[in-house]
Amino acid sequence: MHIVVSIKQVPDSAQIRVHPVTNTIMRQGVPTIINPYDLFALEEALRLRDAYGGEVTVLTMGPPMAEDCLRKALGYGADRAVLLTDRYFAGSDTLATSFALSQAIAKIGEMFGPPDVVFTGKQTIDGDTAQVGPGIAKRLDLFQLTYVAKIASIDLAAREITVERRCEGGTQKLKSRLPCLITMLEGTNEMRRGSIEDALCAARSRIVKWSAAEAGIEDLTKCGLRGSPTVVKRVFAPTPRSQKAVQIDTAEKTLRDLADELIGAIFTRQPALEPELAFEAA
Amino acid sequence: MSSANPETPRPPAGRAGMKKELPERFRDYRHVWVFIELERGQVHPVSFELLGEGRKLADKLGVQLAGAVLGPPGEATQNAVAEAFAYGADLVYLVEAPLLADYRNEPFAKAMTDLVDTYKPEILLLGATTLGRDLAGSVATTLLTGLTADCTELDVDADGSLAATRPTFGGSLLCTIYTLNYRPQMATVRPRVMPMPQRADRAIGRVIAHKLSLAEDEIVTKVLGFLPDSQSGTANLAYADVVVAGGLGLGGAENLQLVKSLARAIGAEFGCSRPLVQKGWMPADRQIGQTGKTIRPKLYIAAGISGAIQHRVGVEGADLIVAINTDPNAPIFDFAHLGIVTDAVRFLPALIEAFTRRLSPHSRDKLAS
Amino acid sequence: MQMIKEEFDAIVIGAGMSGNAAAYTMASDGLKVLQLERGEYPGSKNVQGAIMYANMLEKIVPDFRDDAPLERHLVEQRLWVMDETSHTGIHYRSDDFNEVKPNRYTIIRAQFDKWFSRRVRGAGATVLCETTVTELVRDAKGKVIGVRTDRAGGAIYADVVVLAEGVCGLLGTRGGLRKMLKPEAVALAVKEMHFLPEEVIEQRFGVKGSEGCVIEAVGTISNGMAGLGFLYTNKESISLGIGCLVSDFAAKMESPYALLDALKNHPSIRPLIAGSEVKEYAAHLIPEGGYKAIPQLFGDGWVVVGDAAQLNNAVHREGSNLAMTSGRIAAEAIIQVKRRNDPMTKRNLALYKTMLDKSFVVKDLRKYKDMPALLHTNARNFFTTYPRLMSQAAQNFMRVDGTPKIEKEKATTAAFIKARSRLGLVSDAIRLALAWR
Ligand SMILES: Cc1cc2nc3c(=O)[nH]c(=O)nc-3n(C[C@H](O)[C@H](O)[C@H](O)COP(=O)(O)OP(=O)(O)OC[C@H]3O[C@@H](n4cnc5c(N)ncnc54)[C@H](O)[C@@H]3O)c2cc1C
Ligand SMILES: Cc1cc2nc3c(=O)[nH]c(=O)nc-3n(C[C@H](O)[C@H](O)[C@H](O)COP(=O)(O)OP(=O)(O)OC[C@H]3O[C@@H](n4cnc5c(N)ncnc54)[C@H](O)[C@@H]3O)c2cc1C
Ligand SMILES: Nc1ncnc2c1ncn2[C@@H]1O[C@H](COP(=O)(O)O)[C@@H](O)[C@H]1O
Repeated sequence: MHIVVSIKQVPDSAQIRVHPVTNTIMRQGVPTIINPYDLFALEEALRLRDAYGGEVTVLTMGPPMAEDCLRKALGYGADRAVLLTDRYFAGSDTLATSFALSQAIAKIGEMFGPPDVVFTGKQTIDGDTAQVGPGIAKRLDLFQLTYVAKIASIDLAAREITVERRCEGGTQKLKSRLPCLITMLEGTNEMRRGSIEDALCAARSRIVKWSAAEAGIEDLTKCGLRGSPTVVKRVFAPTPRSQKAVQIDTAEKTLRDLADELIGAIFTRQPALEPELAFEAA
Repeated sequence: MSSANPETPRPPAGRAGMKKELPERFRDYRHVWVFIELERGQVHPVSFELLGEGRKLADKLGVQLAGAVLGPPGEATQNAVAEAFAYGADLVYLVEAPLLADYRNEPFAKAMTDLVDTYKPEILLLGATTLGRDLAGSVATTLLTGLTADCTELDVDADGSLAATRPTFGGSLLCTIYTLNYRPQMATVRPRVMPMPQRADRAIGRVIAHKLSLAEDEIVTKVLGFLPDSQSGTANLAYADVVVAGGLGLGGAENLQLVKSLARAIGAEFGCSRPLVQKGWMPADRQIGQTGKTIRPKLYIAAGISGAIQHRVGVEGADLIVAINTDPNAPIFDFAHLGIVTDAVRFLPALIEAFTRRLSPHSRDKLAS
Repeated sequence: MQMIKEEFDAIVIGAGMSGNAAAYTMASDGLKVLQLERGEYPGSKNVQGAIMYANMLEKIVPDFRDDAPLERHLVEQRLWVMDETSHTGIHYRSDDFNEVKPNRYTIIRAQFDKWFSRRVRGAGATVLCETTVTELVRDAKGKVIGVRTDRAGGAIYADVVVLAEGVCGLLGTRGGLRKMLKPEAVALAVKEMHFLPEEVIEQRFGVKGSEGCVIEAVGTISNGMAGLGFLYTNKESISLGIGCLVSDFAAKMESPYALLDALKNHPSIRPLIAGSEVKEYAAHLIPEGGYKAIPQLFGDGWVVVGDAAQLNNAVHREGSNLAMTSGRIAAEAIIQVKRRNDPMTKRNLALYKTMLDKSFVVKDLRKYKDMPALLHTNARNFFTTYPRLMSQAAQNFMRVDGTPKIEKEKATTAAFIKARSRLGLVSDAIRLALAWR
C-alpha cells in the first residue's frame, strides 16, 4: 500500500521567546523539531507498511530548511520525502495550506501511485488548529477519520478500514473505506529508532523538491496570503497577572499548622466552597 | 492563523483581504449561529457557553442569535432545541434525520454546509471538541471560508467584523484574527474557556426545520460501536469544580497516590502536567494544559508543578489557584493566588489530614449551626 | 549480525568543530566519508562561549562568510580583574576590526554546527545524527578498522577512523588509545544565554550593526579557584559563563551554578544583563592540561583531533580554532597517505603529528606548557589576592579624599607586600613571566 504522511517542521515551543517590544517571535537559537503529533502519524504509517508492504512518502510544506525534518523522517524509515517549497506559499492559513498540500498529494499520487491512506498529526504546536487534516480530506474527497487512537484492521482487498476514534465522552468504533485520511491521536505509539541501514539510506536519499508549478499548482490565488481568508491583524503578549501569589509563611510552623492555615486562606477567599466540599466529601 | 512558517518573507503585492471589501455575494449573510453539539442524547455544555458568547456578539451587531441543532428525530433533539432557547437563542435551525444519530463527518458536514448555504449566517461558532473540530475543518473547507480555532476571546469591532483572539506559539503570544471578506466567519472555542451563562426557562421560539438530502446508503462510514468513558474510568476534568494536580516535582509515580488521596478527601478530580503522561504515570486524559484539558474549576491545587506556559493556559480560568512548590521562583507563583513554598511530598499528607478534619461530620455540623 | 558491505575511506566520530573540519576537508577531496554524531542534530549537544576565529575556518571553508550563521564580529575586548564590588580593566577597541573580513566572530554553536554540517554534506560526506559510536572495531592485529554504533545493524568499516569526539573522549579512553582525563587537567564551565532585544545590546555595549564586544574576567568571582568568567555579545543574546578546574570544584565543594549566580549578581555585570530572559543553561568541560597533557595522537587506523586530543589553549581561551586546524591537518595527512596508496598504519599516520607540530596549534601550546600548573598551584594568589589588591589600588588612586598622593601610593605598595610578601610578589611575577615566555 502507499501511505502519505504530512508532517510539519515547527519551532520547539518550549523554547520560544517573545520580543518584549515588538511582540514578534525571536527565533534565534530556537531549535526546530518535527511537530510532535506528526510522529504518531508517521510511526503508525511505518507500522502499516511493515504489516502490509508498500511505501511511505512523507510530505511537508515549508521553507527550504524544512528539509531537515524530512531527512529525519527518512531516518526513521520512510521511503520517500517530498518538500513543497515556494515563496508563493508564504503566509498560508489553514485553508491555503490544505489546498497546497492536497495538490501535492494528488501529484504524489500521479507520480508514485495513489495513496491508500493519508496521515496527518492531530494538530501542530505552532498553528495548533487541527484543521489542515480535515481540509486535505475534503479537498481530496477522502473519508475523514480524526482523533484515531487505534487502527483495528485494514482489508486491502475489500478496501475497508476499521478504527477506534476518540470522541467526547468515549471511543467510537468506525468502519470506513480506503482511501481515507487519518489524523492520529497522540500517545498511541512510540516512534522507532531506525537501524544503521535506514539511517545510511536516509542520509543519502534525495529529497524531492517541488515549487508550486512543479507540484502542478496552477491557481496561485489559492496559495499563500492571497489564498488565505483569515487575516492576522494583531499579535500581542498576554498581559501578565499583576499580582503574584500570596505566600503562606512557612517559617517555624508544623506541617499541621501550615495545612490548617492554607485551608483557612482558601475558605476565606472562597467561602462558598467549604459547604460544597463538605458535602462532596461526605 | 498562519500555518506556513511565518519566517518566510511575504510576497509584497497581492495581499488578499487586508482591507474589508466584502463581495456582493456575501452581503446578505446575517446573524450569529452557534452549533449545538448533541451527542448520545446530551448537549455538550460548550454549546451553552457559546450561546452566552454569541448573545453578546449578536446584541452588538443588532442581529439574531440562532442555534443550529443537528440530531436524530426524538426527544433528545427536541430537548436540545428547548435548551438552546433556554440559554438565549432567538431561533433554532433544525436538521432532524436518523442519519444524525451518531456523529459521523459525512452527514454532519453535509447538513451543516447545506444550512449555511441556505440561511447564510455571518458568524458560526462551534465548540473545539473532537466533534466540533472534526466538523468545523470540513465545513470551512467546503465553504472556502476562514476558520479561527480555539479562540479565547470573541468580539465585534467597529465595522462589524468578528475579531477572534487566540493563543499562538504554545500560548506565548495572542493574535487577533479576522475573516474580512468571506462568510460565514467561523470560530471554535474550547470548553470552559467562556463562562457558562445563566439558564432561563423560556418558551420555544421560532424553529426552522431543514431536510437532509442524504440517504444512509450514500454514507460510507459506519459506526460499529461506542465505549463510554464511564466504563473505562476516564476523567471529566473540564467540568470539575475542584481539581488537584501533580507534576514532576512529586518525584515518582508512587507519590501520585497523595494527589489521588487529596482528591478523594475533598471530592475533587485529579490531573497532572504533561511529563507525567509522557512517563506513563497517568493516562493522557488527565493531562491539563495546552495539549491537554482546559479546566475552569472553583479551586485548583497544583503540587510540584512549575507552571510552564503550556500548563498555565489550561488552568488560568480557575477561580482560585493554590500552588505548592519547593522553588520560590517557580513560574507558577506568577499566576497562582495562594502559594506555599514547601515539599509537597511531605506537605500533602498533612493537608489531606487537615481537610478531613475540617470537613468531618462533626465540624460540618458546627458550620451548619 | 548483518554486515554492511560497503566500506568508507574514513569514518569521523563527532560533528563538532574538529570533526566537521576533518570530514569537510576529506570529502572535498573526494574521499568517501561517513560522519557519526550522537546529538539530535550537529551542535545540539555542543557548548562554547563562543568566539570563532575566522582565519582557521577560512583555511577550510574560504567562503564561509557567505552563509555561516555569525552573530557579531568583535571590535572590542575588555579584560577585567574583579573583586567583590568592582572591576579594574583594560579595554581595547579598534575600528580596524571593522574590516571586510573580520578576524573574530561570536557564534551560537547549535546554529553554527548545523551550518557547518550542511556544508560537510554538500561536500559529499554522509552524515548520520542520533547515532552514538559505542565501540571501535579492530582486526586481529589491533588495527582499528571500523566502528559499532548504538543502532540496530552491524559494524561499519573504514580505512581510518578520526576520533573527534570532544573533551570526554570516552571512546578513545575505553578503546585504550589514551588515559582518562585528570580532574586537574579539565575545567568545568557553566553558561547561560540571556536574551535581550538587539537595540538593548547595542546600547549597553556601545556597538552598532553586527559589531560585538567581549568581556573576560578573573578575580574573586572564581572564589579562590583557577577560573575565568566570560560575557560575549550575540545578536539578540548574551552568553555569560564561568569555568573553573574540576579538581578545584571538587576540593572546594563549590557548585558551578552558585558561582554563575554570584557572577550574575556582581554589580559590574548585573546592569549588563538586566531585564534579560534566560533560556538556556549548559555545562561543559574544557581541556586545560595544555601541552603536557597531549596524548598519543595517532595509531594503526586512527587519529585523534580537537578537544579529544586536549588541543586547547586555556590561556587564550582558544579551542575551536585548534580543533578546526587539527581536524584539517589530520584530514590532509590522511589524504596524502591515501594518494600514495599507502595503508593507514601508525607509521604512515605519523605524518599527522609531523604536520601538526609545525602548525600554530602545537607551537602555541608548547609556549604555555607551564602555565596550567602555575595557575593551578597558585590559584589563591592569582585569582583572589591580586584582584583584591588591584581593586584597592585603583580605588585608592581614583578616590579624592584629601590624602596626599604620596601616602596613597605608599599605602598601595604596603598592601601588596603585606598580602603577599616582597619575595612572593617577585617570585609570582617571575614565574608568570617564565610561563608566558
Ligand atoms: C508542544 C508542547 C505542549 C505542551 N503541553 C503541555 C500541557 O498541555 N500541559 C502541561 O502540563 N505541560 C505541557 N507541556 C510541557 C511544559 O512545557 C512543561 O514541560 C511541563 O508543564 C512541566 O511539568 P512539571 O511542572 O510537572 O515539571 P517541571 O517543570 O520539572 O517542574 C517541577 C516543579 O516541581 C517543583 N518541585 C520539585 N520537588 C518538589 C517537591 N518535593 N515539592 C514541591 N515541589 C517540588 C520544582 O521546583 C518545579 O517547579 C508542553 C510542552 C510542549 C513543548
Ligand atoms: C563554556 C565554553 C566556552 C568556550 N569558549 C570558546 C571560545 O570562545 N572560543 C574557542 O575557540 N573555544 C572555546 N571553547 C572550546 C571549544 O568549544 C572546543 O575546543 C571545541 O568545541 C572543540 O571541538 P571538538 O570538535 O574537538 O569537540 P566538540 O565540539 O565537543 O565536538 C564533539 C562532538 O562529538 C560528538 N560525540 C561525542 N562522542 C560521540 C560518540 N561516541 N559518537 C558520536 N558522536 C560523539 C559530540 O556530540 C560532539 O558533537 C569553549 C568551551 C566551553 C565549554
Ligand atoms: N506546512 C505543513 N506541511 C505539512 N503538513 C502540515 C503543514 N501544516 C499542517 N500540516 C499537517 O496538518 C496537521 C494539523 O495541522 P494544524 O491544522 O496546523 O494544527 C499537522 O499535524 C500536519 O500533519
